[in-house]
Amino acid sequence: MHPAGPAAAAISRLWWVLLVGATLIFGFVMALIALAWRRPAGTGDERRFVIGLGLAFPLTVLAALLAYALVLGERLLPRPGPDVVTVRAEASQWIWRFGYPDAEGRATENVLHIPAATPVDVEITTTDVVHSFWVPRLAGKLDAVPGHVNVLRIETDGPGEFAGLGSEYNGPGYAGHRFTVIAHAPEDWAAFLAGDLP
Amino acid sequence: MTVPGESAPSTAPSTDAAPMTALRRHRALTRIWASDPGWKGWFTTVNHTDLGRMFLSVAVFFFVVGGILAMLIRAQLASPRSAFVGPDVYNQLFTMHGTLMMFLFAIPLFEGFAVYLLPKLLGTRDLAFPRLTAYGFWCYVFGGSMLIFSMLAGIAPDSGWFMYPPLSSTLGSPGINSDFWLIGITFVEISAIAAAVEITVTILRYRAPGMRLSQMPIFAWYALVTAVMILTGFPPLILGSILLELERAFGLPFFQVADGGDALLWQHLFWLFGHPEVYIIFLPAAGAISTIIPVMARTRLMGYGWIVAAAVSLGVLSFGLWVHHMFTTGIPHMGLAFFSAASTLVAVPTAVQIFAWIGTMWRGRPELHLPMLWILGFFATFVIGGLTGVMVAVVPFDWQVHDTYFIVAHLHYVLIGGFVFPMLGALYYWMPHFIGRKSYFKIGPTAFWLVFAGFHGTFLLLHWAGLLGMRRRIDTYESGQGWEAINILASVSSFVMAIGFALVLVDIVVNAVVSVRGSRNPWGAGTLEWAMPTPAAAYNFASLPVVTSRDPLYDDPELPARIARGEGYLGDPVRGRRETLSLDISTGRPAYIVVYPGNTAMPMAMAAVTGLFFLGLLVKAYWLVPLAALGVAGFALNWVRALGARREEGALPAGQGLSLPTASEVPDPPGWWGSLFLLLADGTLFGSLLFGYAFLFTIAPNWPPPAWAEPGAGVALAALGGAALVGAGRLTRGGAGAVVTLAGLVALALACLLMLRHAPDPTAHAYDATLWVLTGYALFHLSVAALMAGALFARRRAGIVSARIGGEGRILDLWAGYAALVTLIGLAVTAAPGVLG
Ligand code: HEM
Ligand SMILES: [Cu+2]
Repeated sequence: MHPAGPAAAAISRLWWVLLVGATLIFGFVMALIALAWRRPAGTGDERRFVIGLGLAFPLTVLAALLAYALVLGERLLPRPGPDVVTVRAEASQWIWRFGYPDAEGRATENVLHIPAATPVDVEITTTDVVHSFWVPRLAGKLDAVPGHVNVLRIETDGPGEFAGLGSEYNGPGYAGHRFTVIAHAPEDWAAFLAGDLP
Repeated sequence: MTVPGESAPSTAPSTDAAPMTALRRHRALTRIWASDPGWKGWFTTVNHTDLGRMFLSVAVFFFVVGGILAMLIRAQLASPRSAFVGPDVYNQLFTMHGTLMMFLFAIPLFEGFAVYLLPKLLGTRDLAFPRLTAYGFWCYVFGGSMLIFSMLAGIAPDSGWFMYPPLSSTLGSPGINSDFWLIGITFVEISAIAAAVEITVTILRYRAPGMRLSQMPIFAWYALVTAVMILTGFPPLILGSILLELERAFGLPFFQVADGGDALLWQHLFWLFGHPEVYIIFLPAAGAISTIIPVMARTRLMGYGWIVAAAVSLGVLSFGLWVHHMFTTGIPHMGLAFFSAASTLVAVPTAVQIFAWIGTMWRGRPELHLPMLWILGFFATFVIGGLTGVMVAVVPFDWQVHDTYFIVAHLHYVLIGGFVFPMLGALYYWMPHFIGRKSYFKIGPTAFWLVFAGFHGTFLLLHWAGLLGMRRRIDTYESGQGWEAINILASVSSFVMAIGFALVLVDIVVNAVVSVRGSRNPWGAGTLEWAMPTPAAAYNFASLPVVTSRDPLYDDPELPARIARGEGYLGDPVRGRRETLSLDISTGRPAYIVVYPGNTAMPMAMAAVTGLFFLGLLVKAYWLVPLAALGVAGFALNWVRALGARREEGALPAGQGLSLPTASEVPDPPGWWGSLFLLLADGTLFGSLLFGYAFLFTIAPNWPPPAWAEPGAGVALAALGGAALVGAGRLTRGGAGAVVTLAGLVALALACLLMLRHAPDPTAHAYDATLWVLTGYALFHLSVAALMAGALFARRRAGIVSARIGGEGRILDLWAGYAALVTLIGLAVTAAPGVLG
């Protein structure tokens, strides 16, 4: 994971927290089991194991985790703002078409242009089966469901090119169902909208 | 197919009037209970010991097939740009791998264990409905054969094991591939439902006299929760499959957005099943673990009550979690938060069980026998799977790893760690019971270490591949993304694991064939299945012991000898037929004597005709479908004919001075209980249908439909009149009751037919399609109830006891009442928008 945007960075941090926590818990449980062989028989106290470890322990850990995740999830949601740019992503077997409300008539295939370091809302739809829109280094994924429009917020730290993937299995062309995201600096983005960039 | 017990004490005097030695009792009972000799026995047996072994063997066969598919998958993915198979084949490979493992291996393996063990653990002689066991088994075999055939013919399903439309529907899969899945799996699910009804009724009503629910072996509790979960978890899937097949075959647009359907409806129905399914798979394994650990640690289970509560709450909770499989479909934020919290919460009852097991080990003195080794493997693996499960319940994290190899790794940690490992432990634990021999060759531990190391070598680093962006279900990948090393390691390790599994098989076969006879209770366990000579005799218990503790053999080491001496109930087979006791649910007091049918090939024949029904649908030979349905109805009538004594017997001696009536003379015979739980599943299916209707109504984009049906007063009149007649039929005594009921059912059917005239084209809009399905559902149940009413009337006339004074009338009441209810509800909800709006 090499995050290149705020959303992906937050998720990446989340992963390291989860990994460290899980490793500690795993080690603890394994140690308890190993101790069963080392201790004299008859030392297991039902209240301590069932209520203390079985109930109280996971409840505490989960409460902390949920609070953290809720705050984080809240920050990842698309919020209306003055400078949010909207683009359209339309998935088909096995092609991605992108449209730009800021420049109607501009359309691209398998390449999505966005302004860099600006919140972008992607309106995701499909013309046939269920697909999913995913740019791993920028944000999580969101599905394209027939008849529905789903909105995903993405944002980059700066200009660059990012690999995008169709990530819901959609038939024989699935492995090759990809696209590229190009994040432009402000001048280039203006040029793109004006039709000066290919 | 039975072998005489090795240790029937020869000349112990019986306390009953008739002097009978244990050996003579054994011979007499065997004459009554034995399956037919030779190959014929395979097809006519209705004995749970035979059928349990058959279920287990076939399930293992499907594990081998699914495992071979997994090896092909790993062969393809070992290197980038592999040209081993193309996407067309690869898509069939992973779809069939997932499908076989989930539906044809995991669930049937549980059924096999439950079918074999439950009567023995509970202290009774067979399951509640022996012929149903056999019918379910043959449905499983025939349905599974359909899927195997599709694979050999190269036209296997290829839309992934969860079959999302539109990809799995006509749009994405015009060929026959998806039909094999929808029809074949539905056919196989008959066996799951049959087994679940059977297990539920058996646990509730067929136990050793005196055994209260709180004294049941812990495995029985787990099996009970699992069975009830099957009854409530599978119907949404069965409904979804029916709807999708109707869309594919006849164009009813349930999942097509243009005509008022919605692809998300399938996802909801599928995961309403799919999440409970995971616990349906895990709970039996947990039952085995709870049974084995105390024995291996030479102590009793810690926190029995807590564990039961945990299992029940896992079962209940798991029905509220399905949306976590749909976090990326655009569910509103509040919904996400709720389902995320609920999903992490399942960790709590799981933790209760894990720590109770560890506490049990602390309390006792654990010994490292082979079953225990597998259970330690379970701990090390399942805990990791559980922790990654909590991770993916955290929504933002799931957005990142959903549909990547992180999920593939997670699900195998849970399924292999949480199911396969403990079940192999269980297999080794009960092996002496299955084959009556003790382990001879010592390749078991080697096999374990190969599997264990191979497993973690395969899947541990695949988590990382997922984090690096490797999607699941891709047939090939480019080099240079940092995945090569992980994949080659995973592929090599998976072959190590496969060799390990092969060694387990060799170990089992070799031991079954060549090793020496073992002692009766090699582990020194306390549960009843070890109170019999092994391999088990066809009748299990020479007499039914009174049991008032959870570990009867610990409290009364003399029990096996007393059972063999006939010092329990029904120890004297004087009536020359298969008999056992049914108990009051809570007190465990004997309530009546059950008389079982004998060996018969009818279940297999009926399963074959059921297969013709599904085959007709599959190959679109629709003329065959009604014929086969008639055939099944004919078999069903024949089925009840066996329960047709004309002579009243009154109370019969059941041993120990107790006299009891037989099941045909009581108001709540086993058939009534079976109907009750079958209707629970049926009602869940109906409820899922109503849910689907409400979902489309409120969420699907293209609603309202062009026109609502607006039935006139005639429909209402016929429906209400019919329902009143059905109600009156309940209250009417004698044969006239059946006639009144029948008239009511006919009036209700008339209302349905009138209703259909108001929505002439079921393909026009999802609303019309729903109306047809709801009405068709009602008509189907009205026909079934009408058939039963007719049969009851005829049987009364013929003087059949169970129809004259027994529970058959109440069984009809149950079905007719249900049919009337679903007809009224179905008509009301489809007519309401048109009438009110
Ligand atoms: C014997 C060792 C096994 C190996 C090496 C193995 C390997 C795999 C692999 C590599 C995939 C991913 C395929 C893909 O996404 O392209 C997969 C998918 C899957 N496996 Fe296994 N597996 C094994 C056993 C099992 C068992 C025992 C179960 C269930 C009880 C199981 C259930 C599944 C399911 C449900 C899927 C998802 C299929 C789909 O995406 O439609 N596997 N397996
Ligand atoms: Cu789930």
